Amino acid sequence: MFLQDAPPDTSSYMIAGYVVFFLVTAIYLFSFFVRSHNLKQDLNALENMKEESAPPPAREETKAAAPKPKAKSTASKAKSKPRQAKKKVTKK
Amino acid sequence: MQPKSTTLKILDIVSVLLLAVSTYLALIYAPEEATMGQVQRVFYFHIATAWVGMLGFLAAAVAGIVYLRAQNPKWDIVEVAAVEISLVFFFITIVLGSIWARPVWNTWWTWDPRLTTAAITELIYIAYFMLREGIEDPDRRARFGAVYTLVGSLSVPITFFSIRLFRTIHPVVIGSADPSATGTFDMTGGMQVAFFFALFAFTVIFIDLFWNRIRMGNLAAKVEQLKLKVMH
Repeated sequence: MFLQDAPPDTSSYMIAGYVVFFLVTAIYLFSFFVRSHNLKQDLNALENMKEESAPPPAREETKAAAPKPKAKSTASKAKSKPRQAKKKVTKK
Repeated sequence: MQPKSTTLKILDIVSVLLLAVSTYLALIYAPEEATMGQVQRVFYFHIATAWVGMLGFLAAAVAGIVYLRAQNPKWDIVEVAAVEISLVFFFITIVLGSIWARPVWNTWWTWDPRLTTAAITELIYIAYFMLREGIEDPDRRARFGAVYTLVGSLSVPITFFSIRLFRTIHPVVIGSADPSATGTFDMTGGMQVAFFFALFAFTVIFIDLFWNRIRMGNLAAKVEQLKLKVMH
């Protein structure tokens, strides 16, 4: 081939080379995208599972509501004290 | 996962543009080589992918050394990212070299020192992933990976210098070639522009992919940690 004056026609090899390059790169980038997408999905699913496994929010409401009766009882005590005082006054 | 930083987004776009310009320079701008014809245009991407392949293998070895010193799992993620990207680029290098060899050497493959050492390097890093898969304990796996990449990186200078040290038919781009080398050529101005631009473009592409792959590695580590938390 090196004795020829004009360059030999090796364009098919050149095309094959660049096709291989872009094909392999595209496959790698696709696999990269798929793996990344799957990891994001896994992360979302695991975060949801973590939230579900955490104590339910209803309990928190009951805990928050728990002090209210105490407040009522103290108020009732406060109310009852003047009554007793009134009673005492009436006795006098 | 943290959203992509603006710098990385810009780097993604720049990488695509650089690849497009590099393809234009290699396929259209650079003149046709007189003796080999159009197939010589494969040379620009062949050398550029080899360069980033070797760069990544060396970067993995450096990450391995840092991991062994710092014992920080983040360096294991960096190491895996470097090896994975380099493995892809080096595979392309070998295939492009084989395609170039067919019309120039009249064979797809020959057990020349350069081809042999390059194939061994590729196989060493394929084995790296296969062996990593076999280790359950993350600390042991990372320690093994660090030592492996450190030892494996010795194949990189051996591959690089093989055409300078041994009798070979593979042409040498930088430095003097063996007299028996087939396919050697002198680069004209246009060829040099395409060649050096391809080296620059692929270095930027490598950095971009490397950064993205590290982000994915961090995400995978986060998923693993969450799995352990949810299961226990």
